[in-house]
Amino acid sequence: MTEPLSFELSRPNAPSPRLPGADAAGPGSGDLLPGDQLRKREPALPRLSEPEIMRHYSKLASLNFSISEQFYPLGSCTMKYNPVANEAAASLPGFAQLHPYQDEETVQGALELMWRLEKALCAVVGVDRVTLQPAAGAHGEWTALRMIKAYQHSKGEARSEVLVPDSAHGTNPASAALSGFQVVEVKSGPDGRISLADLESKLSPRTAALMLTNPNTLGLFERQILDIAELVHAVGAMLYYDGANLNAFMGICRPGDMGFDAVHMNLHKTFTTPHGGGGPGAGPVGVKAELVPFLPRPTVERANGHLTLDFKRPQSIGRVRSFYGNFGMLVRAYTYIVAMGGDGLTQASRDAVLSANYLRKQVEDDLEMPHEGPCMHEFVASARNLHDNGVRALDIAKALLDRDFYAPTVYFPLVVPEAIMVEPTETESKPTLDRFAQAIKEIVAEARTNPQALHDEPRHLPVGRLDEVAAARRINAYLTGQSEDPILRWKGPEQSVR
Amino acid sequence: MPYLVHSPEDREAMLESIGVRSMDDLLVDIPQPLRARGLELPAGLSEFETMAIVSSLASRNRVFADRLTFRGGGVYRRFIPAAVAAVTSKPEFYTAYTPYQPEASQGTLQAIYEFQTLIAELTGLDVANASLYDGATAVGEAAMMAHTHTGRNEVVVHGYLHPEYTEVLRTFADARGIKVRKGGEANAKTAAVILQQPDFLGLLVDARGITESAHQAGALVIACVDPISLAILAPPGEYGADIAVGEGQQLGLAPSYGGPHVGFIACRRELVRRLPGRLVGSAHDAAGRRGFVLALSAREQHIRREKASSNICTNHSLCALAASVYMTYMGPIGMRQVAEVSFKRAHALAGRLAALPGWGLAFPERQFLYEFPVRVPNPRAVIKKLGRKGILGGLDVSRWFRELKGVVTFTCTEVNDVAALDELMAALES
Repeated sequence: MTEPLSFELSRPNAPSPRLPGADAAGPGSGDLLPGDQLRKREPALPRLSEPEIMRHYSKLASLNFSISEQFYPLGSCTMKYNPVANEAAASLPGFAQLHPYQDEETVQGALELMWRLEKALCAVVGVDRVTLQPAAGAHGEWTALRMIKAYQHSKGEARSEVLVPDSAHGTNPASAALSGFQVVEVKSGPDGRISLADLESKLSPRTAALMLTNPNTLGLFERQILDIAELVHAVGAMLYYDGANLNAFMGICRPGDMGFDAVHMNLHKTFTTPHGGGGPGAGPVGVKAELVPFLPRPTVERANGHLTLDFKRPQSIGRVRSFYGNFGMLVRAYTYIVAMGGDGLTQASRDAVLSANYLRKQVEDDLEMPHEGPCMHEFVASARNLHDNGVRALDIAKALLDRDFYAPTVYFPLVVPEAIMVEPTETESKPTLDRFAQAIKEIVAEARTNPQALHDEPRHLPVGRLDEVAAARRINAYLTGQSEDPILRWKGPEQSVR
Repeated sequence: MPYLVHSPEDREAMLESIGVRSMDDLLVDIPQPLRARGLELPAGLSEFETMAIVSSLASRNRVFADRLTFRGGGVYRRFIPAAVAAVTSKPEFYTAYTPYQPEASQGTLQAIYEFQTLIAELTGLDVANASLYDGATAVGEAAMMAHTHTGRNEVVVHGYLHPEYTEVLRTFADARGIKVRKGGEANAKTAAVILQQPDFLGLLVDARGITESAHQAGALVIACVDPISLAILAPPGEYGADIAVGEGQQLGLAPSYGGPHVGFIACRRELVRRLPGRLVGSAHDAAGRRGFVLALSAREQHIRREKASSNICTNHSLCALAASVYMTYMGPIGMRQVAEVSFKRAHALAGRLAALPGWGLAFPERQFLYEFPVRVPNPRAVIKKLGRKGILGGLDVSRWFRELKGVVTFTCTEVNDVAALDELMAALES
């Protein structure tokens, strides 16, 4: 089942909506503005009635998997239940209807919420201050690297390199490069953890920072983290924590205590704000004292119960986005933290670790486990054992979709061939984990007996595997001027004739 | 405990199945000195108690009625059809993940494809991406595109660009060693000239003239535009801008104290490979059915790592969905009507404000749409007085621009009805 595009459903004579102010009097834009400022061709927006629009989007919604209906064992993405109370909180008029340029006296509750959220996040990760401004995790990484650069610059240092493990998220090297650093890769050892020898050989006075995820993207705790911190600090560099995996250890340990100087957190992972099909999220950054002067402005300050926005921060790196961050997401995360409390967050992480180890155990005879356990909140398996049957990680992913499970993260981290990365989270029940393990067993059995059937999956979804190679070829034809069909947008038949 | 699913018996059974005695056996890799004993945070609460705390914070904020809000500066009150929230609050949309598995994400992918088409149509450019964080970061990303495309190391900001956008642009530029120059002509070092139409004060600029002279110097033109205005104004594609960016908050998103909103970016065909973030394209399956997929991923961080065109991963998909519903609901006629009503109301208000004793338009020779700068005697006292009457008055822009002392911008949209204008005038005259 597929649904036509709104543009294809459009009817030239569909009624237009009734809007306020149709009776507004006086001269219009055509009377007062010079002709060359006015639009010549009307934009080809669709014309549909409200009933048609609502049905269109309901149909589209029905084509989606979502955490509300399916289990997302999506490694590194922490797809947990999104509490509905969070949504109710964010839509309170006292939050949703605030203009960002209202006077401070009229937004004391909003500022208090931001201040309390900052304090709570400080407690969770063990830092001195947190900026809530970054809009996403990658944005937070980049913000932290800007602060590290500014700090080192203030000491008269010009450090040019950022070290990134080969198992890191792609955003790490991208953020470092976009911050003007050279990226130097650090290798993992055979146990899946960072190689101390390789790290030592790459640290130098040029090193600005090491970006690290702990537990790493293999779901393994970097046991030698204290030695790593010592080595990094010994050359005067800083240690950066990628908080993608923070769900592994709230209340169990803290990046700040491990020696990390800057930490980003993904509120849309650990703190249950919804993913929205790809955002909005929020990526606050916590820092130790020496980086505090460099935080983006403004910060929220509290004195005698009165809250203010502090713009006078001479050493600040400046702004990283407009206003004060994705405030609506901050409301959701704060609501979650209040509901869970310190005890609840701690139990959440413990359950996340328990569930990952449990699920790992259930499928350890079916898939290859390249690294020894125990794991933390996620584990990485490999489909290499099915290579001789001609079955790949992608086939397993698609076969899971057909069995009403979202797919695990596949082909990441890059250091494991045919990687299948599974993160169950604490909000999936034991029966769900058991059903998932059973599905894996059935798929692996099928891979051994009837591999061709797996290549044809998914069969029961709105579309089968889409030919991305052909699509890329057609896009390229457009970009090189050999075709007038952009593929990246709809063009009506009458429009594509130029 | 809210949101947790395991019973004590489940936990026991799971530990037993794993073959360990306790949770501590699973945490052996964490060195003892690092082990924390819980968190220094208050204990968890029931939903009832939680909502009482959160609601009491909300009630400490002052909410101004839509119709009595005359402040803009980048965030505007507009009529939002109920259809928008009805769609974005569908859990199939808001609890879905980034659409990496296309077969299970056709709803999100098609909605993004429609958004890309809507933005391309509005801006008059060839291709738009799936969304960015906000208008400010969209300006920064566009400047980085121009820098890599031209190999030049300077961007010129023309006139009154939103001051927070300029600040964010500087942060982007500092990171890459690019100079941001305010005003002046483009030259052989200039990667791009950035204009805002209408500008931060609400005034129209000569977008055509600026574009021509920038192109003569070999620089690109980045037009930062208001999407509602494009129902009336010549779009960037018509006057030859290379990249269009902007803030989409007006397309159905609540003010929400500044976010989340949605940035957009569109460009000419030649620049598409330099676009940041996600792009959705159409494709077909073996049975010939059309579907949608993430396209041109080779630009992106998860493939290209340090060579990616940007580091963006999570963007603002759900906000883009809201904007799509809004634009589809309005259609070309509704969009035009929203812009036109706002235009008429704002011009009526401008005339009445300018006639107050001691008041006047700050730039009487310049044209505007629905936001305009007014010279006001003692802005602080005026805004305070309005506040006491429940009116969110204009924005004192001298906070950012010293040369604009005594200048306040007022905004008027379709939600400010005639009676609201009368109330505003009565409050000012009292």
